Amino acid sequence: MQIMPLLPELTLCLMALVLFFCTIGPCRPAVLQSLVTGLSLLCLLAAIAAFRAEGILFFNTYRVDLFSQLFKIMLTLGLFLAVRSSAGLRGIDAKLRPEYCLFLAIATLGMVLLSSAYELLTILMSLEIAAFALFVIIPFRHLTRQRVHMEAAIKYLLFGATATGVSLYGMSYLFGFGRSTHLGELSLSLPQLLGSERLALVGLVLLLCGFFYKLGLFPMHYLTPDVYEGSANETAAFIATLPKVAVIAVIIRLVSLAGPEAGRLTWILAVFAVLSMTVGNLCALAQNDLKRLLAYSSIAHAGYVMIGVLSVNQLGLAAAIYYMFGYLLMNLACFFVIYQLAPGGENLTFEDLRGLHRRSPLLAATLAAGAIGLTGIPPTIGFTGKFLVFTAALQRDFYGLVILAVINSALSAFYYLKIVRAAYQPATTDEARVVLAPAETLLGFFFLGAIILCGVLPQGFIALAKEAVAGLP
Amino acid sequence: MDNYLILNTLDYPILSLILILPLAGAVGCLFLRNERTLKIWGLTVTLATAIFSCQLFSRFNPATSRYQFAELRNWFPALNLDYVVGVDGISVLLVLLTTFIMPLCILCSWRHIDVRLREFLIVLLLMETAMLGVFVSLNTVLFYIFWEGMLIPMYLIIAVWGGPRRDYASIKFFLYTFTGSIFLLVAIVALYVTTGTFFIPALMEPNYPFPFQMWIFLACALSFAVKLPVYPLHTWLPAAHVEAPAAGSVILASILLKMGGYGFLRICLPIAPAATLACMPYLIGIALISIVIGGYLALGQSDIKKLIAYSSVGHMGFVTLGIFLLSEQGLKGALLQMINHGITTGALFICVGIIYERTHSREIDHNAALAMKMPRYVTFLGLFCLASFGFPGTNGFVSEFLVLIATFAKYPLAGAAAILGAVLAAAYMLRLLQKMIWGRSDGHGLPEQDRDGQRTLWDLDLREMVTLGFLAALVLWLGLYPRPLLTIMDRSVVHLLEQVEAGTAVVEASAEKFVEAPRTVNPGL
Repeated sequence: MQIMPLLPELTLCLMALVLFFCTIGPCRPAVLQSLVTGLSLLCLLAAIAAFRAEGILFFNTYRVDLFSQLFKIMLTLGLFLAVRSSAGLRGIDAKLRPEYCLFLAIATLGMVLLSSAYELLTILMSLEIAAFALFVIIPFRHLTRQRVHMEAAIKYLLFGATATGVSLYGMSYLFGFGRSTHLGELSLSLPQLLGSERLALVGLVLLLCGFFYKLGLFPMHYLTPDVYEGSANETAAFIATLPKVAVIAVIIRLVSLAGPEAGRLTWILAVFAVLSMTVGNLCALAQNDLKRLLAYSSIAHAGYVMIGVLSVNQLGLAAAIYYMFGYLLMNLACFFVIYQLAPGGENLTFEDLRGLHRRSPLLAATLAAGAIGLTGIPPTIGFTGKFLVFTAALQRDFYGLVILAVINSALSAFYYLKIVRAAYQPATTDEARVVLAPAETLLGFFFLGAIILCGVLPQGFIALAKEAVAGLP
Repeated sequence: MDNYLILNTLDYPILSLILILPLAGAVGCLFLRNERTLKIWGLTVTLATAIFSCQLFSRFNPATSRYQFAELRNWFPALNLDYVVGVDGISVLLVLLTTFIMPLCILCSWRHIDVRLREFLIVLLLMETAMLGVFVSLNTVLFYIFWEGMLIPMYLIIAVWGGPRRDYASIKFFLYTFTGSIFLLVAIVALYVTTGTFFIPALMEPNYPFPFQMWIFLACALSFAVKLPVYPLHTWLPAAHVEAPAAGSVILASILLKMGGYGFLRICLPIAPAATLACMPYLIGIALISIVIGGYLALGQSDIKKLIAYSSVGHMGFVTLGIFLLSEQGLKGALLQMINHGITTGALFICVGIIYERTHSREIDHNAALAMKMPRYVTFLGLFCLASFGFPGTNGFVSEFLVLIATFAKYPLAGAAAILGAVLAAAYMLRLLQKMIWGRSDGHGLPEQDRDGQRTLWDLDLREMVTLGFLAALVLWLGLYPRPLLTIMDRSVVHLLEQVEAGTAVVEASAEKFVEAPRTVNPGL
């Protein structure tokens, strides 16, 4: 067996293994930090090295193709950025930091597996590997008095388990009708089944609902804000970004199973997308806690990205991937700033952002770029993503959907602007400068540059994404 | 594409150059420390841009309606999206207006901005690139990117350096314009999906079905009408004007408000001619309401800045009126009115900024009876006020006169209403002049000398004289000899009208041909 197709997975296993040994003995923070940074960078390099690898493994249940490899690069890049931007893990209980890193690695491993899984049970297994690791890390937050993180963890666990149950239930329908759990075989029978058997459609929607839970899409969105609020800043940065990217890979695979002419499925997804945007944006208007706000914003963005997915045409799916990439960058940028501003790992409100442009111009600019990008204003990656998604939807003549999305975009401008405004308002009290280490300064510039440059020059990524989508069976 | 464009024959890519210069200047600001160096740097960059843009004026070929100095580069082939810029007789004037107003903006904030000067200059220069980009881009996406790119810098100008109610004003400005322009995006994408191109001249070619044209027109018109602004979408304007610092007000009034009119001319009219014709009566009505209401509201203001802001609503009403008369004189008058309004209103805002620096008040009553203390200032103020209400011999007269002639030629009744607006303009401007120059004053509520022993009311210094003198020269030049501008715009305006007429003729012909056929259903909605 060749090693190349599994290189990213193996490197992540190695990372998990090394970190596991760190958890056994005493491990100095500096050593841990450099270990985690180095290993996650190694994973990223491995994913890049294995970019053009192809193969069908493990009895045809595991597909390594351009599509999965693209997602693996995004995931490992996300892991590296998430780990790097929360250097020091100040919000995590000091005793548990090695374990925390271990579980991050395992969760990423699960997500990387998820992007390649090509069989329903394999998908479920990968999803659970990722999910259980995340269940564990939420209560690792270091808070002396409050216990919100415990509440968040319990909610996340219980509802996660329920979502998995729903997914499994949906799978049973699909298995019953399609007589197979293999996506390749299902793709032959499913388009007709969806037309003739109503329950097959129910099954597929239920199956998708399990993933919507991870994506934070309506109707499975409701506990996302609680979870973000309760978890530590660095944990929230992780669970707000990477799982969503991984889950979009599965959703794209599943939705493209149904074929382009899935009339009723498209309708259901469109309704979910619109409700998700509307609920997310309306609720976000009233938030004061930044993490809660970003949670609602992520619900809204799940809706936008679904517009690309449900267009099913090549541009739509490629745009969805690109949108997710942009979402990853912009959210990590916002959480990076939040983490830097909360030395004690506390939750931030708008008040804490006041005068940020004085305390640290770079952080203010990074936060502004992230917020402006999330609004979808050019020249940022968020604009290009929205633009491509809308173009794809209009190619399918979804005028009403696009207009609703656009109205939502205008609505969202208000609360994103509130962030920018807070950062550029004069401070009321102290004006202590935020001192950034050189690596953090570099990271800030990286986010700033990436959000703008990837938005202005999308050609390379879109060409790759289109090629990847064209390779989908 | 070549039959639309005349590629740039100069040795250097002039349009890209004037786009990049301010951007590079903004980056350069990051490395400068000293406040004085920063100001000189900003002035140098904007002046250099202005000097380069003179080439556009001197080398412009007025005998063609094609886009000149054009540049074409691959950008995003997957969507058939190119970087393509060029100017015709309509946009070249607005480009020149922008490049020449910007150095004045820096000059007029010389003393005014004392906090975060570097950031201010960066934002101002970014703003210049975005504004020039809107006028030169020949590609809808590029147009939209620059269009939206203006939002954030302008928002910051108001929100960071603005007056006491800047939060309210900046948010209002942002939400109005963002909501308007996001529908423009839908129109752009819908056009792309139908035709497969973003290239604006190519988008003007096909004859779209009428319902489609109507949707495109409404989506674009909403965004342009907010920017223009027309009644009742104008409410962001007084707030933004009043709270913005002097340079911000000047940019808003002189250049940003022109974006709406330019958008109508570049996108709405040629792409959706039949819809334009169908909406013409409504828009003329709205324009008349804007003229009269703007003038009426201006009459009641006690704040100088607010008065000028409302007068802008009235003036831009003349622009809307001129555009939607769809006659040659009307369009030329509208375009000239945009330029003239840019010059005079910009000058008036600079005047307000100057007096605000001295008395720290924008109330008319606090700034009364200045003739004795500041004779030079009063001279300039008088000239600009006269120009603003279209006194013969000044630039405002020429353009308002053209629009009025065109109105009377087509709709005498509408002309009568517009005359009412012109009279109102004379009334509020003369009221302003009378109070500020000769009115009674109890000493401006200020002592003769402030605590440092300096005079509180000093007359214009050299910098201010240069700023205002330049604008005054333009006012008189365009008032007495507007021919060069009219020559430049002539071919493009005529061509635009031909496009509109051809477009409406086709739709009428097809409507007659299929008179029994059922109405086409609007696709997808």
